Amino acid sequence: MSEVTVQGGQEVVGVSRIEGPIVVVEGASNVSYDEVVEIQDSRGQLRRGRVLEVGEGFAVIQVFAGSTGLSIDGTRVRFLGTTLHIPVAEEMLGRIFDGLGTPLDGGPEPLTDRYMDVNGRPINPTARIYPRDYIQTGISTIDGVNTLLRGQKLPLFSGAGMPHDQLAAQIVRQATLGKVAGAPQTEGEDFAIVFAAMGVKNDVADYFRRSFTESGALTRVAMFLNLADDPPVERIVTPRAALTLAEYLAYEREMHVLVVLTDMTNYGEALRQISNVRGEVPSRKGYPGYLYSDLASMYERTGRIRTSKGSITQIPILTMPNDDITHPMPDLTGYITEGQIVLGRELNFAGIYPPVAVLPSLSRLMKDGIGKNRTRDDHPRWGAQLYAAYAKTQDVRALASVIGEEELSEVDQKYLKFGRAFEREFVNQSFTENRTIERTLEIGWKLLSMLPKKELTRVTLDEIAIYYKGDDAAN
Amino acid sequence: MSDQVGTITWISGPVVRARGSRHVGMLELVEVGTERLVGEVIGLKGDQMTIQVYEETAGMQTGAPIYGTGLPLSVELGPGLIQSIYDGVQRPLPLIEEAMGSFIERGARFDPISREKKWKFTPKVKVGDEVKGGAILGVVMETDTFEHRIMLNPDDAGTVTWVAPIGDYTVADTIAKVKVGKEEKSVTMLQRWPVRRARPFVNRRGANIPLITGQRILDTFFPVAKGGAAGIPGPFGSGKTVTQHSIAKWADAEVIVYIGCGERGNEMTEVLQEFPHLVDPRTGRPLMERTVLIANTSNMPVAAREASIYTGITIAEYYRDMGYHVALMADSTSRWAEALREVSGRLEEMPAEEGYPAYLAGRLAEFYERAGYVDNLNGTHGSVSIVGAVSPPGGDFSEPVTQHTKRYIRCFWALDKSLASARHFPAINWLDSYSEYLEDVGAWWREKVGKDWLTMRNRAMELLSEESRLSQIVKLVGPDALPYTERMVLETTRLIREGILQQNATEAVDAYSSVEKQIRLLELVLYFHERGMAIVKHGAPINLIHDLPVVDTIIRAKSTVTNEEMHKFDDIQKQIDEQMSQLDAEYRS
Repeated sequence: MSEVTVQGGQEVVGVSRIEGPIVVVEGASNVSYDEVVEIQDSRGQLRRGRVLEVGEGFAVIQVFAGSTGLSIDGTRVRFLGTTLHIPVAEEMLGRIFDGLGTPLDGGPEPLTDRYMDVNGRPINPTARIYPRDYIQTGISTIDGVNTLLRGQKLPLFSGAGMPHDQLAAQIVRQATLGKVAGAPQTEGEDFAIVFAAMGVKNDVADYFRRSFTESGALTRVAMFLNLADDPPVERIVTPRAALTLAEYLAYEREMHVLVVLTDMTNYGEALRQISNVRGEVPSRKGYPGYLYSDLASMYERTGRIRTSKGSITQIPILTMPNDDITHPMPDLTGYITEGQIVLGRELNFAGIYPPVAVLPSLSRLMKDGIGKNRTRDDHPRWGAQLYAAYAKTQDVRALASVIGEEELSEVDQKYLKFGRAFEREFVNQSFTENRTIERTLEIGWKLLSMLPKKELTRVTLDEIAIYYKGDDAAN
Repeated sequence: MSDQVGTITWISGPVVRARGSRHVGMLELVEVGTERLVGEVIGLKGDQMTIQVYEETAGMQTGAPIYGTGLPLSVELGPGLIQSIYDGVQRPLPLIEEAMGSFIERGARFDPISREKKWKFTPKVKVGDEVKGGAILGVVMETDTFEHRIMLNPDDAGTVTWVAPIGDYTVADTIAKVKVGKEEKSVTMLQRWPVRRARPFVNRRGANIPLITGQRILDTFFPVAKGGAAGIPGPFGSGKTVTQHSIAKWADAEVIVYIGCGERGNEMTEVLQEFPHLVDPRTGRPLMERTVLIANTSNMPVAAREASIYTGITIAEYYRDMGYHVALMADSTSRWAEALREVSGRLEEMPAEEGYPAYLAGRLAEFYERAGYVDNLNGTHGSVSIVGAVSPPGGDFSEPVTQHTKRYIRCFWALDKSLASARHFPAINWLDSYSEYLEDVGAWWREKVGKDWLTMRNRAMELLSEESRLSQIVKLVGPDALPYTERMVLETTRLIREGILQQNATEAVDAYSSVEKQIRLLELVLYFHERGMAIVKHGAPINLIHDLPVVDTIIRAKSTVTNEEMHKFDDIQKQIDEQMSQLDAEYRS
């Protein structure tokens, strides 16, 4: 831990410019880039800020709580001589903090002498362990065809009005370390949960709190809340504070940590706001050119390292503006994360929960966590076959909408039936239903058995002989 | 130790301004601040210099010193590069881990190439020999099978006055002395070369040998030549990285340089953990023993990401100069371009398209033009082939990086989201992709497999584009409305798509197809087509052909027939004959 300590405590009275959440201070010397400052307004109230740019005799400061009420002459800025650090301790589980890590639950400051820089440091690629252990979430569309592994970052791409919060809550409640299909389930190998809310409504935060309470997980959850009516600039720090605690728990306390970040779209907007005020050259949709690197500096804080048994698994939630997956936030997120779970509006309308749109969803690491000795030998090919068949269903549906179902060939009609059953029986499950991996595989085979054997080219002939239950006697 | 040449006056992220420009040169390597972080001078104006810093600048203050080095940003070249993993400015990551733990701290300084390790040097010149730049002075075995040729710096030339006898030496030991003009120079096995300057060669050769990757859609349909440049653009999740990994594993190059530029940490770890266990089909040695990795993941400092591409290509050129074929993967060039954009933005330069600097196209050209199949200074010949991944925002190929890249590559492998969604991998769209090397490598195929590859390949492409036209009609009126001859085309193209184009990188038999297997599969499918077409023209119903058992056999052949079992294809051909003949007979009677 490199503590950055320089001559702290220097104080400057009066600022030269205030613009949105940005304040420019002149007459300060020896200011460090990225240093934390404490700002006192004329009524004596304190707020925190951070140095974004330093020049000779001036510093540009971003004020976390916004600049409302600050004046040119009456503002005092004290430079603290260190980058932003938060206290970290195991006792922070079960507690609630604001976006900067200050307790919100009326409890005391965490008792610890361990402070860590919220920016973290990049994990050396040679120090990582490649993720291989799958997490059983009990949800078929995830365990079966988009398997989540320990140490993976897998976002939920959703839209306004869709049940992403329920899905995230269900994942958090049901997640256990995956077993080989058929092995006895052991209850609750514990995950610690770090939850960060950025710009979400009070109801959403409440929903998660209730859900954690009901599942008895609350004592294992640390919540960092920056709600919709909290200062937007704080949102820049909130996920970083959460991840800093997660890193401490995973790499120093050897815990398995599940990090839920919601809603990253609001984070992006806060970042854009600061960038605009600073007059930076925008790239797409007004977002700054460094959005990719900025997002990566958080998403990449996921994984496993060789010196600890612990792990960090991230589930960021993004609501796609206008359901547009090419919007810079989901787009750049998708380039960094190891796959994505996409929720579909049409499935949601059809009353299917969870409305996971299987085709655009993907888990990049899935291939390394499933198959022989991990789930079951046929799992990878079974998954590819389900995907291929469901993709074909979409083509058949398009055709049926033009020429009518009656005109379809016999095989195509079977695909239509398969598609409907796939959505009703495989994708659809209740909020409380916790399916084992063998149950998920069984449902999949039952559905594949609705198709002629000849259509199943992704699975092996041996697998067809064992698992295929259809009445397709012809071949 | 270097002297202080300036004082910091302004800091914003990776960009620092300082006074003292008189004492440094453009693109000089400097050390920044009390922690002596690595930086490079990227602008000089009046007394001001602008520096991009390759490490995190948080905590740095104005007034802190700048130290000059007098050298441009360079890489160290010598035995020991192979099997190394470096960051973007050639710092060895395993040593950083050893010294600093699992996280990368600032101010790490390690020699990229070990000064202690001894190599068994065998001289190839004798006293009195006239040597030119690039001349091979001797060799060492860098791995059990790889001969590393120790070359004279390309800028030097003279007479050998002393050469070390066979024996074990470190890279710091003098292995020869060369009289250059009046001065006698000691030569070691270690060279420094500025990353932004291409290493010289005599002249370019034509690129007419394909880089064989074992990937059917690449080798058979869109081949890249040794010394050529290819681009793989695609939206996220379409399989850029898997394709790059497959090429890195199976390409028939002697050295692979893999640059993970602004990508995921887990992906580099995957390569690190997987490559030592995979066996190179040509040498029987672990794949790692021909690989150099440059890992500057997305959360590592952005300026070092910009440098990583140059670090990688300079190492690639060095091995080319020894007379080897080198393949370089850059994943992803878009992240490199974004690093340019970020630094440019901090410099407040006037942006061109989408905030990218106006010199983006020029930089891309400089990079891709360092690919080539060349005659080296020392009389050998070697090549650098570049495969650059492009990550267009939203999968939109009209964005600046994809568009400019297209100007400098001759082979375009367009990845397609809808293919990826249907789990058709590699998700390379055969209608959007192209290769300009087709004619160039035709002769090689004729010589190698004795078959007219280009005609067959073009026939298959013809069928595929016919399929695309027919499927428009099918979408409107359904397949039943098509005549049997056209439906026969659809049957065949299904075989092409599922039996040839789709390839499973995770399955042992299917992951690598020899060229013989590739051409035989193609031949079989086209044979199936000709036979089927003949029968259909006699009026036989198409569904009987669709139901032939051999159809399934052909689709599965890619993963049931290994590269060594070529005779099995003859059996399949026999099955086609039998089943088709039977059908023909049945129908006619």
